[in-house]
Amino acid sequence: MTAATLQPGFDSQAILEQIRKRTAFTVAAPLLILAYFTYTWFAFDIPDLLERARPDRAVILATDAVAHKVHVTKDLRRGGVSVAIEGERTATYAKGASPDWVQIRGDDAVVDLDEGYLIEITGNVIQFTVPDYGVIKVTATKTGVETELPPGDIPEWVKDDPRKFDARPTLDRRVQVTKTKIEVHNYFGGWENFWFTFNSPLHGKSFGELTSLAMSDERIDPDQSNLSLIVDEFLSNSDWQHGAVFVALFETIMMAVLGTLTAALVGLPLAFLAARNFTPSFLVRFGVRRLFDFVRGIDMLIWSLIFIRAFGLGPLTGALAIAFTDTGSLGKLFSEALENIDNKQVEGVRATGATQLQRYRFGVIPQILPVFVSQVLYYLESNTRSATVIGALGAGGIGLMLVETMKTSRDWENTSYIIILTIIVVILMDQASSWLRKKLIEG
Amino acid sequence: MAVAALEQEILSLRKRRQLYSMIGVLLMVAVLVSGYSESNSMNSGSFINGLSKFFDYPGEIVKEAWEAGWALFGLILHFLPFMLETLNIAGVATLIGGALAVVLAMASTRNVDSYGPLIPVVRRMMDIMRAFPELILALFLIFVLGSSPVPAMIAVAFHTAGALGKLFSEVNENIDRKPIEGLSACGASWIQRIRYAVLPQVAPNYLSYFLLRFEINVRASAILGFVGAGGIGAELRRTIGWGKGSGDETAAIFVLLFLTIMLIDQTSSYLRGKLVGAGRAH
Repeated sequence: MTAATLQPGFDSQAILEQIRKRTAFTVAAPLLILAYFTYTWFAFDIPDLLERARPDRAVILATDAVAHKVHVTKDLRRGGVSVAIEGERTATYAKGASPDWVQIRGDDAVVDLDEGYLIEITGNVIQFTVPDYGVIKVTATKTGVETELPPGDIPEWVKDDPRKFDARPTLDRRVQVTKTKIEVHNYFGGWENFWFTFNSPLHGKSFGELTSLAMSDERIDPDQSNLSLIVDEFLSNSDWQHGAVFVALFETIMMAVLGTLTAALVGLPLAFLAARNFTPSFLVRFGVRRLFDFVRGIDMLIWSLIFIRAFGLGPLTGALAIAFTDTGSLGKLFSEALENIDNKQVEGVRATGATQLQRYRFGVIPQILPVFVSQVLYYLESNTRSATVIGALGAGGIGLMLVETMKTSRDWENTSYIIILTIIVVILMDQASSWLRKKLIEG
Repeated sequence: MAVAALEQEILSLRKRRQLYSMIGVLLMVAVLVSGYSESNSMNSGSFINGLSKFFDYPGEIVKEAWEAGWALFGLILHFLPFMLETLNIAGVATLIGGALAVVLAMASTRNVDSYGPLIPVVRRMMDIMRAFPELILALFLIFVLGSSPVPAMIAVAFHTAGALGKLFSEVNENIDRKPIEGLSACGASWIQRIRYAVLPQVAPNYLSYFLLRFEINVRASAILGFVGAGGIGAELRRTIGWGKGSGDETAAIFVLLFLTIMLIDQTSSYLRGKLVGAGRAH
């Protein structure tokens, strides 16, 4: 009598073998992954990356995104002190109307940066009082700058260069001196000129004032009503470009919606041609399936590049790129759903003498409708995100706008404004589609 | 009488239903027609003009690729390392994102005894991670870290963690609780219950979703490369930027990208079919 006959179906040798295999696997898999990470660590050149990383940029971006600065500039060549928001000519305070922390006396000025930080500009000499440190005296000469620091070590926040003096004792106070100009930056929280530009007649008005303006019939601009003036001034705000941003967002949403709808409507009939139980011809089925694979495999990246060449920038390009790629993906999913339907319903409809079209309409479509709706909504969701990326490739919309404002990197609050709006729109689309999916499918 | 009233009711319900579907179809047609005409006018080139030019660019590329002849294969080989970089971005991102997703999923499903108060918090977190556009994170990180594959990797991993986390927690919801109860009866800790009762049940489904995600991430990494994250996308941007004359290189990249995506697509759908059975391979 052997062990096998005593205990049928129980082979201790085989089980031990299996356990050994499993043990080997649980040890080997993490080791392999670890090896892969080590390889990519060097392939991505992470040590070099860490060296080149500029965390200060993140700090600048973060401060600039939630604050704005007011420049007090003294031009040493032409003389005169000017105060301007973000140093922009269009946002310069008029003579005598400068904010109360700046006192201008002819060509000299006293700037009170709060908390004891004080700057006195006299001629081409600047005296910077820093609490707990002392007084820094900087003189702009014909060739550069001369700096007199209090005795002791030079603090980190001072960049003393014979050509340019730069001090930033706190994140929100900064002084720069070169041979041509003295510039003081004072930072304030909030986004400046968000609603109306500096030189708009509506600048600085509160919400209540605006409402009463909109109601009253004394027109500021005789050509249009106050309400339309308010809307106009807001949308055409040249600093924030609200109008352009809204149009770009609309373009992006349009790309996603049009692309997904088109893909669904083209994909559905093609899916019938790719399903085994509807198309007996192997050749047609094979052809349509390879077509699905082909348009899907080409990928959105390549499609958008081709369409940008043909149709130029705009939402149409993005919509077509999405439509082409997703016709493949959705068509494949629909054809799988079609192959899994229950044939009984179709036969039941056929027994009543229905034509082929009626059989499809009443026997097949109701069965795949839940899959159809839920997949289309899933794709709509992910395509809203894709549309921002395609936009960045050059198809337009909010993606392109984002890349452009980032490249110019003049004003980070514009970038963060666009980022926030984009995230809100994407999350809203996400929530709307999952709400709709629940409503439609779970009844 | 009651039957007649019932029929009346059914008829009115049917009528309302027809009205709703009618409105739905009309709405869809209206969106499509107005959307296309609107976007056609917003586009810098019009559809009709573009249609005649549609095949110009692909034609040009194919022609230059044809002229390059056998050299095309050399070019494909030349671009292989860049493709590998894109694959690495996707691979690392999927691994890191997937690992994070497992943690998130285990912390957000009542069925596997997650810590109660944590569940809604983690769920909202996953929603935000999922909805956050990859492009924005990638651009921000490129700005801070410089042009390199790492920003794209982090951006893709972040999104992957949210997307996979949601799918994983859906899998968790459908498992059999008996093994968990059996283990807790012998005094197993939560970690032990997850390891020996939950993971063996969910592993095939997790792996299947993981492979699907890898497929999606390869595409995403290629696109992010185009906006400055390295890999095959960056090369494509370079060759396309050169304009006429570099059609053979562009063609080589197109072919390489197409073949890789197809290969991964087919392999992963085959593997997924084996893992979860043909019926659920999607």
